Amino acid sequence: MLIKLFTDFMGWVDQRLPVTDAWNKHLAQYPAPKNFNFWYFFGSLAMLVLVNQILTGIWLTMNYEPSGDGAFASIEYIMRDVDYGWLLRYMHSTGASAFFVVVYLHMMRGLMYGSYQKPRELLWIFGMLIYLVLMAEAFMGYLLPWGNMSFWGAQVIISLFGAIPIIGEDLTIWIKGDYVISGATLNRFFALHVIALPLVLVILVFLHILALHEVGSNNPEGVETKKRKGSVKPEELSKFKFHESYTKKYDIVDSVPFHPYYSVKDIMGVAGFLILFCWVMFFFPEGGGYFIEAPNFTPANALQTPEHIAPVWYFGPFYTILRVVPDKLGGMLLMFAAIGMLFALPWFDRGTVKSVRFRSKWHLANLIQFAICFIVLGVLGTMPASPTANLIGVITTCGYFGFFISLWFYSKNEMTKPVPERVSH
Amino acid sequence: MKKLILAFALSISTLAPLSVIAAGPSVPVDKANNDLSDKESLKKGFKTYINYCLGCHQLQYQRYNRTFTDLGIEEADGIANYMYTGEKPGDHITNTMPKKEAAKWFGSAPPDLTLMARLKSPDYIYTYLRTFYIDESRPFGVNNTTFKDVVMPHVLQDLQGISTIDEQGNLSPAMGGSLTAEEYDEVVRDLTNFLEYVGEPNKLERKSLGYWVLAFLFFFFIIAYLLKKEYWKDIH
Repeated sequence: MLIKLFTDFMGWVDQRLPVTDAWNKHLAQYPAPKNFNFWYFFGSLAMLVLVNQILTGIWLTMNYEPSGDGAFASIEYIMRDVDYGWLLRYMHSTGASAFFVVVYLHMMRGLMYGSYQKPRELLWIFGMLIYLVLMAEAFMGYLLPWGNMSFWGAQVIISLFGAIPIIGEDLTIWIKGDYVISGATLNRFFALHVIALPLVLVILVFLHILALHEVGSNNPEGVETKKRKGSVKPEELSKFKFHESYTKKYDIVDSVPFHPYYSVKDIMGVAGFLILFCWVMFFFPEGGGYFIEAPNFTPANALQTPEHIAPVWYFGPFYTILRVVPDKLGGMLLMFAAIGMLFALPWFDRGTVKSVRFRSKWHLANLIQFAICFIVLGVLGTMPASPTANLIGVITTCGYFGFFISLWFYSKNEMTKPVPERVSH
Repeated sequence: MKKLILAFALSISTLAPLSVIAAGPSVPVDKANNDLSDKESLKKGFKTYINYCLGCHQLQYQRYNRTFTDLGIEEADGIANYMYTGEKPGDHITNTMPKKEAAKWFGSAPPDLTLMARLKSPDYIYTYLRTFYIDESRPFGVNNTTFKDVVMPHVLQDLQGISTIDEQGNLSPAMGGSLTAEEYDEVVRDLTNFLEYVGEPNKLERKSLGYWVLAFLFFFFIIAYLLKKEYWKDIH
């Protein structure tokens, strides 16, 4: 009886909106390569953290007061007087850092297995746009507690725009909505943080996934699992039923339906991630002074500069690149160039072999040095400037840009290993 | 599974250094060794705070009745023994010191202390309150080795007495107080304990809830792993 009611209801809906078809196309009959490894957890984890940020954010907004006079006190109100307000706040603040952890690992996966290469360039671009909006979102969110580090961090970053010739000074006033960072700045950052940017973020994530499902998922071997129609013997085709939008164009091999195979696997990933996340959130919510910086326990004060102004850790790499250039404008340009390089990665890499497993030793070495440089740049970004730090900063900045430039040169005629026809397990 | 365990170990090891390089205060500090679960200590610290600190330093984000509940103080008892200026139990722990004038009197207004234990650290507070010494060049005749040129007088001087400093910067044992050095350390430890509590009243609850959540997640992870294994056993 109930089942019939449900089938009838879904039939009624499907005639008006293709819900069942979308479910099948994107989940139950979506072909995902069967050889995903550990690195493939971070996409779904990024979605989980996004949902966490949005939900906890909504509840925080209910008690947060976006004003220069009330913001700091309202955070303490949430921490003390709102039932489980402390939990919501820590979920949100730890979630911000966790977001960048999983996004950085997700991007590293893309680098390792060539997930940005043809035909996934647009997918990569959408991902980079998400990353860019995420950085803006995090930056604006960081001002909202109205702590002293919030204030001075924003001060440093906004003042960068002042280095732009001619319009710079006016631009900073336009961003701040005042001659100094004030309640006006806080209010507009609040508006952007809670509605404008999250909306953009969700739309971009939607497009990122649509683009992914159009071109199909890559895998650790970088071997195409969607073969030309008619090129695979029937007995070698994947035995599962996939959505006809895929099967009518391709012969699909070595794949499993995303649901239930990867949904159950991702649930396991979620459990593992939550163990780490909750361990940090319940026992080290300040993240050793990196997730919530100590000077943020005192309200914003324009007359009292914190001993050492450091951006939150996830901006560290770009902050270091900014600082190694003695000229403010030059530093800003180089910082934006560093992000621009990532956007252009699909065109820096002129190779056709995707996975690092089948590429040259040069490429492996280049990837490793890039990862090391990125981490070192990040560590330097949270440390006070010193001549030694600056020297290491210059070297690692060269390593960062060197990754892209050398890639462009060697990838054209790279000594690669033969890529197998099919994934090996 | 081995790979997974390795991967988790790796991700933990990337997080671990974070807590090691945590930016601490630049002056060496003594360990407070305070115990947040010791309610008697918290009550004594609360009392010391009301008697010696509140006149200048507010706890403007913390309420009396919340403090009573958390410290196990009956409300009637709390009103009689901890509230002196006619507030209601639901009020924040504030004083009536005018900020502008206070800034004139001291050079800067006495800061709110609700979050001081989180801004600095409990150890810092514990050390700071034990390192005052005579320095006639300062407005109140005292200085502090932990917080150089602090504008606060040594409010607990009648308890501790006062130290002098020699050329090497070492403090002499404090003289002239009503308490022995050990008794004074105990008073400061209780006060530090109270300030750590006020900094984050939910700290104990947070940790105890954390153990339950982690226990559940480990259990859930095993179930999820077995479920995944069951589904994937035929995929080669």
